[in-house]
Amino acid sequence: MLQMNHIMKIYGNGVVANEDVSLELRRGEIHALLGENGAGKSTLMKVLFGIEMPDQGEILLKGAPVTIRSPQNAISLGIGMVHQHFMLVPSLTVAENIILGVTPKKGLFIDRDKALSAAEGIAREYNFDIDVRQRVEEIPVGIKQKVEILKALYRGAEILILDEPTAVLTPQETDELFVQLVQLKKKGHTIIFISHKLDEIKKICDRATIMRNGRSMGTYEVADITTQEMSKLMVGREVSLQFEKNACRLSDQVLLRVRNLTVHNSQGVLKIDDISFDVKGGEILGIAGVEGNGQTELVDALTGLNKKYRGEISVKGKDIRPLSIAQIRDLSLAHIPEDRMASGCAGNLSIRENLFSNQYRSPEFSGKQFLKMKAIERRSDELIQEYKIKCSSRRQNVAMLSGGNIQKVIVAREFSTDPDIIIANQPTRGIDVGAAEFIRQRLLAFRDAGCAVILVSADLTEIFSLSDRLAVMYKGKFAGFFTDVANVSEEELGQHMLGIKKAEVLEGVVYE
Amino acid sequence: MWEAILSPDFFSSMLRTATPILFATLGAGIAAKAGITNMALEGIMLFSALFGVIFSSLTQSAWLGLLITVVIGGLMGLILAFIVLNLKTDEILAAVAINLMATGGTVLIMVAFSGDRGVSSSIRSVSAPMVVIPFIEQIPFIGKVISGQNVLTWLALLAVLVLHLFLYRTPLGLSIRAVGENKNAAESVGISSRRIQYIALILSGALASAGGFYLSGGYMNMFTKDMSSGRGFIALAASSMGGNTPVGGLLVSLLFGVAQAFANIMQLLSLMPYEIILMVPYLTTLVGLGVYYYTQKKRKERLSGK
Amino acid sequence: MNSVKKFDILRMFLSVLVALALSFLLIFVLSEEPVEAIKNLVIGPFSSRRNMGSVIESMIPLIFTGTGICIMFSANQINLSAEGAFQIGGLAASCVAIYFTADILSPLAALLLAGLIGALFSVVPAILKITTSASEMVSSLMINYVALYFGTYMLNNIIADPRASSASYELCPASELPVLVSGTRIHLGLIVALLVAVFGYFFLYKTKTGYELRLTGVNEAFARYSGVNIVKVIVSSQLIGGFIAGLGGGVEMLSPIYTRFNWTTLTGYGWDAIIISTLAKNNPLYVPFAALFLAYLRTGASIMARRTDVTLDIVQITQGIIIILVVAEQFLSRYRHKLIAREAKAALSGEEVA
Repeated sequence: MLQMNHIMKIYGNGVVANEDVSLELRRGEIHALLGENGAGKSTLMKVLFGIEMPDQGEILLKGAPVTIRSPQNAISLGIGMVHQHFMLVPSLTVAENIILGVTPKKGLFIDRDKALSAAEGIAREYNFDIDVRQRVEEIPVGIKQKVEILKALYRGAEILILDEPTAVLTPQETDELFVQLVQLKKKGHTIIFISHKLDEIKKICDRATIMRNGRSMGTYEVADITTQEMSKLMVGREVSLQFEKNACRLSDQVLLRVRNLTVHNSQGVLKIDDISFDVKGGEILGIAGVEGNGQTELVDALTGLNKKYRGEISVKGKDIRPLSIAQIRDLSLAHIPEDRMASGCAGNLSIRENLFSNQYRSPEFSGKQFLKMKAIERRSDELIQEYKIKCSSRRQNVAMLSGGNIQKVIVAREFSTDPDIIIANQPTRGIDVGAAEFIRQRLLAFRDAGCAVILVSADLTEIFSLSDRLAVMYKGKFAGFFTDVANVSEEELGQHMLGIKKAEVLEGVVYE
Repeated sequence: MWEAILSPDFFSSMLRTATPILFATLGAGIAAKAGITNMALEGIMLFSALFGVIFSSLTQSAWLGLLITVVIGGLMGLILAFIVLNLKTDEILAAVAINLMATGGTVLIMVAFSGDRGVSSSIRSVSAPMVVIPFIEQIPFIGKVISGQNVLTWLALLAVLVLHLFLYRTPLGLSIRAVGENKNAAESVGISSRRIQYIALILSGALASAGGFYLSGGYMNMFTKDMSSGRGFIALAASSMGGNTPVGGLLVSLLFGVAQAFANIMQLLSLMPYEIILMVPYLTTLVGLGVYYYTQKKRKERLSGK
Repeated sequence: MNSVKKFDILRMFLSVLVALALSFLLIFVLSEEPVEAIKNLVIGPFSSRRNMGSVIESMIPLIFTGTGICIMFSANQINLSAEGAFQIGGLAASCVAIYFTADILSPLAALLLAGLIGALFSVVPAILKITTSASEMVSSLMINYVALYFGTYMLNNIIADPRASSASYELCPASELPVLVSGTRIHLGLIVALLVAVFGYFFLYKTKTGYELRLTGVNEAFARYSGVNIVKVIVSSQLIGGFIAGLGGGVEMLSPIYTRFNWTTLTGYGWDAIIISTLAKNNPLYVPFAALFLAYLRTGASIMARRTDVTLDIVQITQGIIIILVVAEQFLSRYRHKLIAREAKAALSGEEVA
């Protein structure tokens, strides 16, 4: 049906997202594409759907080579994609969304009857139980997804790409989706199913291609491979980092205490489900997990960015609920945010101005009203040197720097307050090896100096080599907790991350 | 006072004052539906008020004058689209520029055309006619309200209907709404958002120019310097209060008409000084904006709190 | 300074030149004596002491509103109420100057009140936004007209001098700001204006509040993450910006140019301020230069209007073109990208050496 041969894609910033990936689809199969975040699944699908052009490799459709330059191109070749973020117009009806861009006309006007009957027809043909007259903003997520699928089918998709379709669904909706996917398969459609969830793949997929670090780890018949084997192929440790890690010297004081933390997001979905833990000075608590299992919400609550939580969080014995973000920071808490451009820096301000956004209030850098520019400049130069930030001057705008150097600016800023508690969320994501190594060494140095560190990371190698205790988040809970990190195998970790194994009792999560 | 409010004059003055705002509000609405804040409506109206006078006097026909003015209005929308979409100038600053050019440009053109400064007294323009409807005229109350309105008032009401049909019944209207709400979704099904926004801005300019034409060729029959006096800005507010829909825009514009007509009565009965009357539309907008957005905000909070 | 920044400045000058060139072209179309007109426009301001003085005079109000807008825009608030704040500041100052005649205290009180009223005025759209999330841009446009008509109401009903036509009672002589340079009307307001611009610079770039304000303006999420109180920043920035614009109205009213309050239309200084802040890249330190340029252009245009058949209004066309070209990202963008790429490459090879 379709072959993608030796696809290589290098992004403008030099990141090799796909190096020599091949994928082969058979007509009428559900083919899983499996891999961690950043493994290159999305890039591969973007290439197939015409959003990105590959640097090397070829695509054969029914044996004939094709070039796919745009999504329109892909659609006309019979390829449809359901994005993770739905491409729907909320105030339009389901029918209008389905026919958008290929609208049936009667004179000048939209032929509403025809549009309705076409939309209803396609829904009926595939057994989708949808009221096409409803507005998209009024329907639940599960139905929105069905609309997306119908949109693709209406445009004649034979190959359907579903990007983590179950991530946003309830178990019931997921079951329903699976029934429909199987029906589609029976009608001869080919489905690419992107997922982390091994049990789902076991349930409905025929074959699976596993990706890791931009490479394909092979294609397997799902019936012939165990979930354990899959998780090993997907997670498997590449190189182990060599650190001279000192023995953990715990201080007596619990610096961060969390009890019964429960958070719902703005749509009312439960994101953190009754979590409790402690962190003492002198240790690194690693938090692993597939993205979207509550890590972001946890960090937001701990740092005061989100106050809408139930339960209790205290920093150095102080309840942080009534405190402002500035007051929480004044408790000597540093935060390396997940998304460095969105909330970690002001791209259009200079390095200098970015280096003291968390400490301009301190008497060292400002008087009652005025900033002490001399002190700030001296400090900026020191930090630029100490953290080896490569730039033309301290006046250069942060946005002009490379990703690794931007991250160094953020880390320099957060570490320069000599914090007692560090919350590091993906501190080395997407940066060069040297900068990553440097940041990890710093984290360890802070731990040795008696600082409490929480490290949230998708990089398991990093988690393994830095953590003293390790929690695995799955669906807003700790699905696993390890105090003896050195003796945890990656298979075991992978099984907890993917929800195959769940710890009933979490030993050592609190100090009491 | 109640007598005055219940008089036909009240309703006919409501329609009269609502007309230019309605045109501009429709213009603001269609631009907003395509995802663009068109603050240049003010300048486009001002230019059009002058062009209306000039072209109706050159052609000695109100209709030809209106036609040419509306075409130029569409052209101004096109220029705005080029500046914003191709040159990538911030849409607010582009509008500031166009509005400034309108303030100066109208005077320059007026001077060049007739030698008049300030008021176009020497230009012999032709105003759009009143529509007297033979039989309805006879009906006691309603006759006086409905008959004798300027033809542009009727055109404005017609425009509401046409625009409503256009936005909600035609493929192009559907595309406009899709682009404004979710550009990525529209582009993912092969709609060119730039093309759609060009079309929306051209229509926006054309509608606003009809409102401008009414100012100098209906409401009054000459051009005076700065005569749009913020109506383009009011239209922005009115449109957003009406949910950027044609019918919503009509209702809010009528509300302005009511406020203005009410203020006129207050003035007639010397209950309120003249300057306060002039303030009415702006104050109404300010309060309306606050109330509208506050209820929207509460509604959203309720929805997400569930 | 790196070459991209140099290029940006060059580009700005080029925008101004293109705008001037287009305006000259327009003069050729409109005028019967284009060469004479352009000569007056360009050289006129230097032709006499009085004309040079009038350049400096007309620069004063522009510095005030320009600085005010720089501060308001730096917080990423599209609050266009400087226009109304200037108007109502002028009104407030004249009310004080008419009735309160206590020598030196009179101008001081007048200016203070002008600033305070301006501040209270300009904060309204911000507060409306914070409480109801109504767009500050739209409400600031509306409130400007409220200021205008409130001013004319006061003028016609409360402070009207029956012996003058649509003008207030005379402002007390004690309130008039003294002339600095004889033979011109350059007045003490110039010093105040320059001080305000310098204050604006220090405030934005050297104080804690100014820093918070710019953080918020560039990236609100980052400011919040850093512990900045966003509401406080927005309110204070609009208060200060409004104060400066209102003060500008007061200074203008107390200048030797006016003896009575007689504003029956908006002055347009609030809109000019947007061009100035654009040219000055929101840095108050550059505001006087941008204001000088506009003032020069205007004085030249009014001399041209007096001596030839081209009217003053051509300036607004020039200003419009300047804004569009300066803000247009695409104007000469290809060259800018080339420069950035070259610098990036240079930086990379520099790294390898280091």
